Amino acid sequence: MNKLFKYMSSYKKEAVLGPLFKLLEALFELFVPLVVADIIDIGIAKGQEGKGDIIKYMLLLVALAFVGFVFSVTAQYFAAKASVGFVTRIRHALFSHIGKLSYSELDKVGTAKFITRMTSDVNQVQTGMNLALRLLLRSPFVVFGAMIMAFTIDVKISLIFLVVIILLSVVVFGITLITMPLHKKVQTNLETLTHSTKENLTGARVIRAFCKEDDEVSSFGKNNDLFAKGESFVGKISALTNPLTFIIINTGIAVLVWSGSIKINIGTLSQGDVVALYNYMSQILVELVKLANLIVTISKSLACATRISDVLEIPFIEDKGEEYTSQGDVSFENVSFRYEGAGDLSLTGITFSAKEGETIGVIGGTGDGKTTLINLIPAFYKATEGVVKVGGKNVNDYSEKSLRSKIGIVPQKATLFHGSVRDNMKWGKKDATDEEIITALEIAQAKDFVMEKEGGLDFEIEAGGKNLSGGQRQRLTIARAIVGNPKILILDDSSSALDYLTDLNLRRAISTLPQNPTVFIVSQRASSVLHADKIIVLEDGVVVGEGTHKDLLDTCVAYKEIYDTQYSSQEGTK
Amino acid sequence: MKKSTLKTVLSYVSRHKFLLALLIIFSASFSILSLYIPIIVSEAIDLAVGKGNVEIDKIIPLVIEIVIVAIITAIFQWLVSIIANKITFSTVRNIRQEAFKKLVRLPLSYIDSHPHGDVVSRVIADAGQFADGLIMGFTQFFTGVVTILATIVFMISINLKIALIVILLTPLSLFAASFIAKNTHSMFQKQSVTRGEVTSIIDEVISNQKVVRAFCHEEETLSDFDKVNEKLEKHSLRAIFFSSITNPTTRFVNSLVYAFVGGFGAFSVVSGTMTVGGLTCFLSYAGQYTKPFNEISGVVTELQNSLACAARVFEFIGEESEKDTPTNTLTSPKGDVTFDNVSFSYDKEKTLIENFNLSVKSGQRVAIVGPTGSGKTTLINLLMRFYDTDKGEICIDEIDAKTLSRKNLRENFGMVLQDTWIKKGTVAENIAMGKEDATREEIIEAAKACHAHNFIKRLPKGYDTEITDGDGQLSLGQKQLICISRIMLSPPPMLILDEATSSIDTRTEKKIQDAFAKLMKGKTSFIVAHRLSTVKEADTILVMFDGNVIEKGNHKELLLENGFYTKLYNSQVEPV
Repeated sequence: MNKLFKYMSSYKKEAVLGPLFKLLEALFELFVPLVVADIIDIGIAKGQEGKGDIIKYMLLLVALAFVGFVFSVTAQYFAAKASVGFVTRIRHALFSHIGKLSYSELDKVGTAKFITRMTSDVNQVQTGMNLALRLLLRSPFVVFGAMIMAFTIDVKISLIFLVVIILLSVVVFGITLITMPLHKKVQTNLETLTHSTKENLTGARVIRAFCKEDDEVSSFGKNNDLFAKGESFVGKISALTNPLTFIIINTGIAVLVWSGSIKINIGTLSQGDVVALYNYMSQILVELVKLANLIVTISKSLACATRISDVLEIPFIEDKGEEYTSQGDVSFENVSFRYEGAGDLSLTGITFSAKEGETIGVIGGTGDGKTTLINLIPAFYKATEGVVKVGGKNVNDYSEKSLRSKIGIVPQKATLFHGSVRDNMKWGKKDATDEEIITALEIAQAKDFVMEKEGGLDFEIEAGGKNLSGGQRQRLTIARAIVGNPKILILDDSSSALDYLTDLNLRRAISTLPQNPTVFIVSQRASSVLHADKIIVLEDGVVVGEGTHKDLLDTCVAYKEIYDTQYSSQEGTK
Repeated sequence: MKKSTLKTVLSYVSRHKFLLALLIIFSASFSILSLYIPIIVSEAIDLAVGKGNVEIDKIIPLVIEIVIVAIITAIFQWLVSIIANKITFSTVRNIRQEAFKKLVRLPLSYIDSHPHGDVVSRVIADAGQFADGLIMGFTQFFTGVVTILATIVFMISINLKIALIVILLTPLSLFAASFIAKNTHSMFQKQSVTRGEVTSIIDEVISNQKVVRAFCHEEETLSDFDKVNEKLEKHSLRAIFFSSITNPTTRFVNSLVYAFVGGFGAFSVVSGTMTVGGLTCFLSYAGQYTKPFNEISGVVTELQNSLACAARVFEFIGEESEKDTPTNTLTSPKGDVTFDNVSFSYDKEKTLIENFNLSVKSGQRVAIVGPTGSGKTTLINLLMRFYDTDKGEICIDEIDAKTLSRKNLRENFGMVLQDTWIKKGTVAENIAMGKEDATREEIIEAAKACHAHNFIKRLPKGYDTEITDGDGQLSLGQKQLICISRIMLSPPPMLILDEATSSIDTRTEKKIQDAFAKLMKGKTSFIVAHRLSTVKEADTILVMFDGNVIEKGNHKELLLENGFYTKLYNSQVEPV
């Protein structure tokens, strides 16, 4: 939690001046009842001659109002500046911190949570900080200020204030504290409602196919009732605040008038004094209610701040280590891997090696560990047991940056970013020339369609590549990986949306790459890997076959089955 | 539009006529009584002029009166809240329930053509906003109006001139507030636009963080982000600061009124047209008089907003439901399916399926192939009556499907779609969707039949693992396996498989095909597939193109025809 305060450090001045000006404003506000008392006791008491005094006091009131206004606007400015600047820095810190976390950490927290932290949580912190700077000091100050002012008028009578303040605080804060957790609980009920609404939209076909409509309505109804009851219950408790405070404050006023009039009779108090005390009483109520609302907001913000702080506290490993300059050899030595929090190993005892320039096919079924295996090469995840080596050295010993800049990876999901084709290609190599980009596009079989697009390399890709077809996206992501002249090129099932001919041309073009990279082709299609120098067959996280297509047809049952399911269809045409 | 919304709101609210009447009476009593207290106080203060000039015995009953009135007022206030609470929550609950009922009865065409987020926000957020507005309206609007009117009456009865000062000056604060609001509107718009930019960068980069990392693009994305982040800082600061001037300004106007009342009131006291108590009373009114105004203006915006929200919910509830007027029922059908001259299109301007005819005998296996957009899935939509035909009829056992209830029709079909959908709940619950009373053994049996058992048992809690549609816990292929298990558990007389195995590797697929073959034995089934290897054994293959069947026959016959099917088939076979 405290960790967040360092982002406030550039706004120390504002963070002090904001509340300070608010306090000054409050101070002027506290003078008002005293001036009114003087109007009554001095101005009115003098009769006709007092008119001059009255005008003087009235102008004083106007002046107090004006100064209060100026101070308060100043305070608002500082508070706004500090709170907005504060969260701007937090947002920056979050964005940069998330950019350093390991894949495991990213998996653990999940994208949705990160996005919530950076958007709604941060906004809530801004609101809370802004209000805190403005009111957190002011409201208690007015409450206690009013009490102290009352003491300056008459000590004994001010004891009424003390009692009233204590009673009011108990009621206002007590009810706030009771309802806060209840609100939270009600909120979870609302989330259930939201969820079932969403489900009935996304799953409309399935729900209807299974004739589940009535069940859905009745389960929604149950939760809906629960939610309404919860809301209503919390509402009933909150509804006690106003009536109770009303009774307390007016009873206080009654006692004040009664004991005040006795004192006026003896002569220890003036009529104006009693009026002033009466005014202070009203001020206290207003401020306490404000304070209670403030506490609700701040506690919400604090919860958000803690969540943000938790993200910032996720440790990351400093990217240090050797520069990667050596060969593109890759070897796995008895590597096992388990995802964090998972029950079972996803890879068990993987051993194989690939020489520079070789093409390695990785084949297997859904969930057999193909992607997991290749993710270990750029050290996206670290092997749980065993060693993954690139260029003869453990991948963990390299600086991540230098290692990854020499590995071109084409992920399964063809992700492109908002921006031009050129911008997207430059992800692979920051200073790539148009020529280099076009060469890469050509190899990736993407040149033709890019050039046909309006603007060619300047064609604007929408977020997520929505304005491209699946096959086009895939080819662009392949080009993006090739632009950087990688020593190791990894294609993770990245030709699934391509037809067989394009896939073939792509593989042929890749084999002509001048830097002669080691190529990993992950696929479910036997056709994509059968020309590889070596094929690794994965089943359930274990290597069940390793060798060339020909070897495997004879030695590996699993491979033969895969091949047969895809090629038996050919019998007719052969 | 607005009027009718109000009417609908009133029709919901007026179910509580008695409570509503009580609410109005109680809020009026509450407002008037709470304004009466300063008058009692002022009377008491006038009885205590100075030393030796205090009528204590007259003051004591007044003091007791203050306490009694305060307690009665408080009770009224409490009752107002409780009643408003009751009316609001029961109204909103009813509205939500009706909205949800509507949701499950809406035609698929509505669900397919409206953004889901919009519907969710109508049922959840809009209904909630409406509740907030309603409760504010009940508790603050009546009391606000009554308070203003009563204050004016009380003030005029004490002193006309001073009353006029308050009445004329106070609206200034409202003008100031609306002036600021108007001028900051554009700043807020800028802020929300920039906020949108920030969110979309966050969304894009954080969602694809792994790609960013793979290409070591952290610094570049950060510097792009910083640019927008700083722009947001600038716009936010302006919007927040300028709008936060409102409060000091209205308070300033308020303080001015207070000062004038203090000054001119004192003159009136001096000239004998008012008492000191009267002045005190005035000051306390002046201090509070703007409050109901600000509240009402707040409530009015809130009410407008909440009516707009209500309108959106009501619009949704007012959507036309699917009509279900069955005149026939289907009990254990043989499974003859015929399409008789069927025409259908989603967009009335573009024809899709026209005069489609097909006759499927009980137990036949029909495969539908063709390029994207050729109408394969549309046939499924029509079979399940997710959409109804524009012309022509689809008959099951010679009964027009339109004369059956949808429930009755769908009960007789088992369906697996390409778009896998998982309901929030455990794996077991998901599989048992079609047969709620299934035993654990049956569930496991079904999972084993489609080779899902192996990965399910490896999940953290096996069959009791909680899964949802959105989380990344399961791969697409695994989700498909679960969806297939649902059908395995409760096999209906007819089957529809729409690209059911598209995300499953070919080897597993082959095994599932065997399970399907067993399942489909003697059942009429429709299979939509992309991979032709999966449809070769069908009795009839329909090759669709642009909404029409261009070729029809079994695998061998179609290859002999050497037409579109042959081309499609060859494109999927490796050129060796």
